[in-house]
Amino acid sequence: MCFRVFVANEKVMSKNFTVHLKYWRQDGPTAKGYFEERTLDTVNEHMSFLEMLDVLNEELQLEGKDPVEFDYDCREGICGSCNLVINGQAHGPKKGTACCQLHMRNYKHGDKITIEPPRAAAFPVIKDLVVDRSAFDRIIEAGGYVSVKTGSAQEANARPIEKETSDIAFDYATCIGCGACVAACPNASASLFTGAKIAHLGLLPQGQVEQSNRVVAMVDQMSAEGFGDCSNYGECEAVCPKEISISAIAEMRKDYVKAMFS
Amino acid sequence: MKLDSKVPEGPLEQKWSQHKKTMKLVAPNNRRKYEVIFVGTGLAGGAGAASLAEMGYKVKAFCIQDSARRAHSIAAQGGINAAKNYPNDGDSIYRLFYDTIKGGDYRSREANVYRLAEVANNIIDQAVAQGVPFAREYSGLLANRSFGGAQVSRTFYARGQTGQQLLIGAYQSMMRQVQEGNIDYYTRHEMLDVVIIDGVARGIITRDLVTGEITRHEADAVVLATGGYGNVFYLSTNAKNSNVTAAWRAHKKGALFANPCFVQVHPTCIPVSGDYQSKLTLMSESLRNDGRVWVPRKKGDDRHPNDIPDAERYYYLEERYPSFGNLVPRDVASRNAKIVCDDGLGVGETGLAVYLDFRDAIKRDGEDTVRAKYGNLFDMYENIAGENPYKQPMRIFPAVHYTMGGLWVDYNLMTNIPGLFAAGEANFSDHGANRLGASALMQGLSDGYFVLPATIGNYLADVKPGTRYGTDHEAFDEAAKKAQDDIDKLLSIKGKRTIIDFHRSLGKIVWDKIGIQRSKEGLESAIKEIQALREEFWKDVYVPGDKNNYNKYLEFAFRVADFFELAELMAKDALDREESCGCHLREEFQTEDGEALRNDEDFSYVSAWEYKGVNGKLDTELHKEPLEFEFVELKQRSYK
Repeated sequence: MCFRVFVANEKVMSKNFTVHLKYWRQDGPTAKGYFEERTLDTVNEHMSFLEMLDVLNEELQLEGKDPVEFDYDCREGICGSCNLVINGQAHGPKKGTACCQLHMRNYKHGDKITIEPPRAAAFPVIKDLVVDRSAFDRIIEAGGYVSVKTGSAQEANARPIEKETSDIAFDYATCIGCGACVAACPNASASLFTGAKIAHLGLLPQGQVEQSNRVVAMVDQMSAEGFGDCSNYGECEAVCPKEISISAIAEMRKDYVKAMFS
Repeated sequence: MKLDSKVPEGPLEQKWSQHKKTMKLVAPNNRRKYEVIFVGTGLAGGAGAASLAEMGYKVKAFCIQDSARRAHSIAAQGGINAAKNYPNDGDSIYRLFYDTIKGGDYRSREANVYRLAEVANNIIDQAVAQGVPFAREYSGLLANRSFGGAQVSRTFYARGQTGQQLLIGAYQSMMRQVQEGNIDYYTRHEMLDVVIIDGVARGIITRDLVTGEITRHEADAVVLATGGYGNVFYLSTNAKNSNVTAAWRAHKKGALFANPCFVQVHPTCIPVSGDYQSKLTLMSESLRNDGRVWVPRKKGDDRHPNDIPDAERYYYLEERYPSFGNLVPRDVASRNAKIVCDDGLGVGETGLAVYLDFRDAIKRDGEDTVRAKYGNLFDMYENIAGENPYKQPMRIFPAVHYTMGGLWVDYNLMTNIPGLFAAGEANFSDHGANRLGASALMQGLSDGYFVLPATIGNYLADVKPGTRYGTDHEAFDEAAKKAQDDIDKLLSIKGKRTIIDFHRSLGKIVWDKIGIQRSKEGLESAIKEIQALREEFWKDVYVPGDKNNYNKYLEFAFRVADFFELAELMAKDALDREESCGCHLREEFQTEDGEALRNDEDFSYVSAWEYKGVNGKLDTELHKEPLEFEFVELKQRSYK
């Protein structure tokens, strides 16, 4: 639930407040990492979480110190670049929200905030809070597509698709590839990410032709990248900023078993 | 320099098909001997890279993000136009063409726009075949909606995430080619220069954003699909990493930059709340279908909006434009918001906002109906602004959204440098002085899936297969050295002001003086201010960290350095264009009612600027490509 600071009919007045930050520092993939602590006095309730980190970085630079590196791009919750683990929770406390869309009104004066990169063997740290998620690209590369060449597509309405089926496929297709599912999983499994793509394509007639090959290739690649297996903890679903259902994993397993026996 | 648009002869509706028939082809066994570089992997670059690789060319694709799937195309919400005419409401390719060229206020090429409308239908077929889950009716057939004031329903959409779904489709096609070994895929790489040998583009210089390594890549053709330059304003709806660097470096190597002053401002964004603000968030303009825009009539009226009675509210769009009211086009809505705020009537803590009020819609249709239509937008607003729009009006303000200007290209999407192509938002070609809603996705994919695969082949057919100069050629040496020197110079300044501080100051000048409204006086002073600030930047900027490590602020430093030069060109272009057209409003050129006054007699041309160096000031030469209209009649807009 959203923690609401303001109610209707109350004039919005923004005040600055203080938070105590503890953030991960690591110079490179093989360097030893450590936590650095700092208190920030100029936090405003309208700031986004990443804007709060921008302010921290401005302060650090003015003191001649290196800024804290973190990944971001669109800052509107759709590109999937940001993936901070905040107080132990991937993307922080707000359900269905990427951390770029998390606002500081969810925190209060004096809060302690710990910020870490998503930790998984398959996501090596590049610097500070930035990790290498190229394993996700390689999972898609293994089979997360429909093999249709440009120009060879048939007329779009030639094949009707049940609205309900299309809508469910869409729910899986909303994955933004941020990696929160991996960060939250005790096994560091990428099953929700992989399952979401397999379910999206497998539900649609366009994707069904290649489904058996796809599911085997993608699941094998997921294991090869060093992601763990799924033990149904369900943490992935809880932190997914797009609230993708864990039923994606069931779809993946069903299709995998089918592929094994066909 | 003579600008040749290379528009094919013949009737409008046959130009592209005739051209396709007569363009040269490269035989399949020869294609693998050609290498093509794509810089940028959004809709245009991703679709182009996938398509050329499928054809058998060797492709190298570069993106600055950690994955091609994150390109800013992903953020497009609304939809993609195509004249399929599924709803049987009288749509046609001609009508889509006509609406697009009229929307661009007659400052684009007829032939390009017609081709765009023509291939749009194929885009929908292609995307559906890839598994893009467009919205469907209960019949199982594709759904359409009307968008951006169009009189027909021709927009295909995937909830509010059409850009995401189309980009993922292109990305997956690209990854299939990576797996097949037809694409060498480089993430977290930024292009710093184009390498030109004997007047022809032969490769690029890149920086590995993780290790800082400067690398050289040779190819037979280079495509820049690197998006727009809206971040010159500092605050815009663009992603934080969107930048002009690749396009600008190509410009400095001789590629002409066209219509840089054409920048679209979107009227319904969430306003700025403070200096720390890093970007602006757009809300779909469909909100204006039911919301009423107003400000208090009295200056400094700090009552709660719900306590201000109707008689004391200034519904300025409804009063000034009785027939269109709150549904006037984007530029008119944006401009009027700025005018009322400049008059001191703006609301909120900063005074830079107007109200968008749903009180009457809720009273009329009920809260549930309003929730069904706009629920996700209301939630997004509440999350960011901390106010409940069901209970009190939203506050909105215009924000920079899309740049129509870009690298000059001919009908084949090739710049004036042979072998260097530009696609998507990075070129100037299809939207004239203003872009219609739901046509950015259409253009990116049209360029990538359908235009470049044909025109690059036509170009390569005249290049001897297997031509290689080697990356130790002096042109590569020189470009690589320059790229490294620029970085070293930035790191050596060790000044006192941060990069973001400079960028914010630059953005303020550009927004105030080259933004929604421009004047001769304002533009001339903008040029002086930009020059002075640029000089200060090179003396006093603080760039942290080192060059051989991941260093995002170093990336920002060279992008901001390029924005400083681009900003001056935008001002010069706006100064040259002594008319108002599309998004470009010059205060001196308005009708008596304060509406944009176009001057077709003197300004029916594309401004294509040549770079001549920066020495305190930006030196340029202006080339003009006259726009001829054979098939449409030019009309002045009126929304009264």
